[in-house]
Amino acid sequence: MNKLPEPKQPEKLIDDKGLRIDGRRLDQLRPLKLEVGLLDKADGSAYIEQGKNKILVAVYGPREAHPKHIAMPERAVIRCRYHMAPFSVDERKSPAPSRREMELSKVIRESLEPVVLTDLYPRTTIDVFIEVLQSDGGSRCAGITAASLALADAGIPMKELVAACAVGKIQGKIALDLSDAEDKYGDADLPVALVPNMGLVTLLQMDGNLTTGEFEQGLSMAMDACKTIHNMQRETLKKKYATVKETVEEREEQEIAA
Amino acid sequence: MVLVAEPRQVVAPGELLAEGDHVLGDNAYKIGTQIFSACIGILEVDGNRVFVVPLKGGYFPRAGDLVGGRIVDIGLSGWSVDIRAPYEAMLPASETPGPRGPRRRDLSSSFDVGDMVLAEVLDFDRTRDPLLTAKGPGLGKISTGRVVEISAAKIPRLIGRKGSMISMLKNETRCQITVGQNGIVLVWGKSPEDEKIAVEAIYMVEREAHTRGLTDRIREMISKSRIVEQVAGTQTA
Amino acid sequence: MSATPQLPPVAKLEQKTVVDLIAKGKRIDERGLESYRPIEIRVGLIEKANGSAQVHLGKSKVLAGIKVELGTPFPDTPEEGVLTVNAELVPLASPSFELGPPSEAAIELSRVVDRGIRESKAVDLKSLVIQKGKKVQVVYVDVYVLDHDGNLIDAAAMAALAALANSKVAKMEMKGEEVVSKGGHHQLPLNNHPVAVTFAKIDKTIVVDPSLEEEQVMSARLTVTIDKNGHLCAMQKGGLYGFTPDELKKAVNLAVAKAAENRAKIMAAAKG
Repeated sequence: MNKLPEPKQPEKLIDDKGLRIDGRRLDQLRPLKLEVGLLDKADGSAYIEQGKNKILVAVYGPREAHPKHIAMPERAVIRCRYHMAPFSVDERKSPAPSRREMELSKVIRESLEPVVLTDLYPRTTIDVFIEVLQSDGGSRCAGITAASLALADAGIPMKELVAACAVGKIQGKIALDLSDAEDKYGDADLPVALVPNMGLVTLLQMDGNLTTGEFEQGLSMAMDACKTIHNMQRETLKKKYATVKETVEEREEQEIAA
Repeated sequence: MVLVAEPRQVVAPGELLAEGDHVLGDNAYKIGTQIFSACIGILEVDGNRVFVVPLKGGYFPRAGDLVGGRIVDIGLSGWSVDIRAPYEAMLPASETPGPRGPRRRDLSSSFDVGDMVLAEVLDFDRTRDPLLTAKGPGLGKISTGRVVEISAAKIPRLIGRKGSMISMLKNETRCQITVGQNGIVLVWGKSPEDEKIAVEAIYMVEREAHTRGLTDRIREMISKSRIVEQVAGTQTA
Repeated sequence: MSATPQLPPVAKLEQKTVVDLIAKGKRIDERGLESYRPIEIRVGLIEKANGSAQVHLGKSKVLAGIKVELGTPFPDTPEEGVLTVNAELVPLASPSFELGPPSEAAIELSRVVDRGIRESKAVDLKSLVIQKGKKVQVVYVDVYVLDHDGNLIDAAAMAALAALANSKVAKMEMKGEEVVSKGGHHQLPLNNHPVAVTFAKIDKTIVVDPSLEEEQVMSARLTVTIDKNGHLCAMQKGGLYGFTPDELKKAVNLAVAKAAENRAKIMAAAKG
């Protein structure tokens, strides 16, 4: 039989040393890797790994709206598709869009709408395709983080990059960046997207059980993490162009030495 | 005005560029007295004017621009042209050279789907698709030479300050080079080798547009390639 | 794929009136910024349903019906019954609702109402088990929007809760291999009473219970669902803009108070 062993419910989500199942502290992000401009045909693209999440985003546009009736006369239409590959989760998921994917497509689009300067491209569409290749909790947030990079990589004018991260409650404690198991067996999940220089929260959802105090604590922790992720986004974008510069300067030095 | 970011350096969307009294240029926006970048690009400052030269991005049509385009459809009164912009352009039959009136019946006798044309943007605004004209010296169907497609954002660098880069390229490669604002570049050389070197040089500009000393490096690359070609030529001869 | 929704052609002058009034702290129907429109709740109108409730929230009208049927549990929760919430935006309710598969608005509405009920553990799913792992009762919550004049989320959540509180369930047991009725009915056990409170942001002002005109000019929307203990069980931000952290905290605290007010009305009506 080819079946992988089914993940079991963990005994404890936080051990006696205050560490989580994967060894993280309560306020620690999972390892994060960002890459930009990796696809050839897309106008812009980005890839993110956050813990076991692996998500690829492609952006096309602004391009002529097809069919014409979806176009808006004063601005670009943003279209967003969040989709999970059938092999991305423990139990194979049908490739047909689920209600969850439809809801997430909507809230993700709404998290990006406030920053894209859509007025500059009336009667066009800007298409954002988010493909979750492997999912392990917090995929909508990781998707937003990568989508912002892909939009910037496409050269689409925007006010700011949007960074996103979820917090949750496990064993009664507020924790940052829940993995799938922590979300499943935890007490609350609160995904947040932030536009840092505008101080604006553009994605906010919550399910579970939180007091108003826990909500405020979680929101603050999520916003700090978003700022950290935002710095990484900026670095990743700028690094891409610095690399060419460095290669050129290296070659010059080699030639001088020769 | 206080500059917060370094000029001629790469800036990201949302990055704070300057504070205080300044003039807002392209690809930047203001909140209060602060100017932020609206894209990934190079920060440029011209006196009091702060703007960003994008490193990426498509072509946004402007009246007067010279563009290269591919015919994608034939309609009743003209052709739809793909000019690599967010909007498809229209080339009316009335804006093409050739016989007027009832003798002109079949539009496909002038341009066919798939043809490359060199045209000028006549008109474009927020409410309509770009209008092109192919009447004029040098405009019309392109049947010879090589077509190079690069990012429209790199065209200013390809032309260079006061045309310095493009003049150098034409001289050194001995090719005729027509630069479309939309990133389509047409190259005609006396030999395929010359054309090949010119194409290489154009791609090199695209890759290294934001680095220093590019003009000299390209000049060097061209002369090196020429030596290689000459050697290869003598070896096969 | 989610696309920026087309804006219905609304009279610009009417829109400006709403925005100007709100800037002065007033609303077009003369409510306070933190006031709900008149709420009317009636239960038990659909005899063939296990429970039902109709809510009028201002001119918005929503009908919820509960059906409890026999079914099988989900494989990973063999000791729990099943709860499913479905909301429909039928074309008769608004010129902007089209016939066809559920729109993203309908799906979002269903899922937000579901979240409130599920996360607050309002329905005791364990009480719905007849035979562990094999036979359970399935509670279908179907919410029909009949007239759209804004804030369908709160109206739908109220209708769902009132209908659940109104529901009678047959007592079932196993006789050998068969499920049979024990005879008689009991009230569907409800352990919590989640109430959704929705806010709209218009320029810099936040108002409670937006009417349709206010929804058409709002830049963003926030729904906060509060359970009977004053805890948050669901939240959902919607719309093309966003909120500052201060606006969020203020809204959450106000939601606790408004939810308590509305909860009292819902549960009183459900007794009728």
